Amino acid sequence: MPEAESEEEIDRFPRSKFLEGATLGLGGVIGGLVTVPVLGFAVAPAFLHQHTHNVDLGPIGDFTEGQFVVATFMVDPAAGEVSRRTAYVRNNGLLKNLPSFTILSNRCAHLGCPVQPNGPIFQDKEKIQKIKGGLEVRLIPTLPAGGFGCPCHGGQYDTEGNRTAGPPVRALDRYEYSIRNGNLWLGKTYSVGKVKGQGANAQIAKYPLAGPGEHVDGIESWLYPVDPPHG
Amino acid sequence: MAVATPPPTRKKKSARRKQLEAMILYPIDWLEERSGLVGGIKYFLFRKVPGDTNWMQTLGSATLTAFLVQTVTGVILAMYYKPDPENAYKSIQHITNDLTLGWLVRGMHRWGASVFIILMFMHMGRVFLFGAYKYPRELNWIVGVLLLALGMLEGFTGYLLPWDQTAYWATIVGINLNGTAPILGPFLSQFLRGGAEIGPDTIARFYSLHMLLLPGGIMALIGLHLYLVVRLGVTSPPWSPDAAGSERVDAPAATNGRSGLVRPGPRGRNGG
Ligand code: HEM
Ligand code: FES
Repeated sequence: MPEAESEEEIDRFPRSKFLEGATLGLGGVIGGLVTVPVLGFAVAPAFLHQHTHNVDLGPIGDFTEGQFVVATFMVDPAAGEVSRRTAYVRNNGLLKNLPSFTILSNRCAHLGCPVQPNGPIFQDKEKIQKIKGGLEVRLIPTLPAGGFGCPCHGGQYDTEGNRTAGPPVRALDRYEYSIRNGNLWLGKTYSVGKVKGQGANAQIAKYPLAGPGEHVDGIESWLYPVDPPHG
Repeated sequence: MAVATPPPTRKKKSARRKQLEAMILYPIDWLEERSGLVGGIKYFLFRKVPGDTNWMQTLGSATLTAFLVQTVTGVILAMYYKPDPENAYKSIQHITNDLTLGWLVRGMHRWGASVFIILMFMHMGRVFLFGAYKYPRELNWIVGVLLLALGMLEGFTGYLLPWDQTAYWATIVGINLNGTAPILGPFLSQFLRGGAEIGPDTIARFYSLHMLLLPGGIMALIGLHLYLVVRLGVTSPPWSPDAAGSERVDAPAATNGRSGLVRPGPRGRNGG
């Protein structure tokens, strides 16, 4: 037996090693081919194509100056009743000859419950606007003398949407709006840090829409460096 | 006072009886020869446990029973429940008010959900108070924590399904609560919602998690949990000389001097 050790030196790559590698490698490729699209399908649709819907609330003449109205409407008629939203709309009259509105989202800035007017809601004066496409917008006058309050954990807001008490971390979100052919249209929702002043003269610290409970200003806002696309 | 015990009399089995026994044993033997399953089940049921085990140690089996009740009632509810915004509430009303015994099965599932969670916590409390999480059972504690998390997620996802006001707003709050976690929170909440807003996809996604993904995960983890219970044996209560964590000087070398591994309890050792 002369070459006993030289046999050890030969770099051996036996068939079993090859089969082991092939099984693991091929299994990994097949697993990846299946997993990647499936995971992508589970996650991606929640973040892509999130669009805002513009909503027609009807003629601005229907909004009495200085009075809040509870407006309920569907943001995505194709989705049906789940897409029904509520906003508190107040006509502020004219500012430099242009109509001015305060449009507060009813989504509590704490964890998203529906805030309610602290005061009477005049159900008997409900107005139902028929909008093109068979949609309905309901307008009910209200007198939120005590601002707005949240039923869930008692968050309180004044009539500009500023937080006055309770756990919310910022003011109520607002809707952008436009006037088209004499009708009031809702646009994007945005978040608000604080509002100074009132009505047409309010100075609004405006931020991109953030989820309920997210700080938009101050040091705590550093906790939320990026937000997913809201549309 | 010595009572003479009569010698055990064993009646001779009749031919009929022998035939009957063979009839019963045949399929069992058939199965055992081809799978070993009967021996496995016997091993599981008749394995040794310490002689001083306690009633508190039945809480794990109670939790398992509660989970099985949820599984069975849940599968049946799923035959009538419709997970979309138009029909979810209607189908729950239909189950409760119209279908024979629907109210009972739904009630079992609804109340059983709380029973399951409560039992899980009691079982965990027992393990903690008995020190049964100590070496060599740390891994089973970790598996238990995962089970607890998945169980709570079952409760969270199931709560939306009746699609009434409580379900809807509690879920909004729950999702937004997740959204306040730093950095990734907003992404987590949007994933849970299936979009920027709660919509038709949310209820279907919760339903899928509730009846497929989470129960599947729970079943797999229960399997692992029980495997570890059988492999490591159960602990003695803390008042036992063999309580978890106590060193045993006279322990056989195989157990490495650690207590709590399978062996006869004190009664067994004292020749009792
Ligand atoms: C394989 C297991 C399960 C299946 C197939 C299942 C299926 C279902 C279905 C179809 C519903 C809707 C019907 C209803 O609301 O009454 C439901 C509701 C619910 N499930 Fe489950 N479930 C399972 C396990 C669990 C577990 C382990 C828990 C709790 C920890 C749970 C908690 C709930 C809750 C709280 C509801 C709401 C019940 C109600 O309000 O009526 N489920 N489940
Ligand atoms: S959700 Fe409004 S106070 Fe908590």
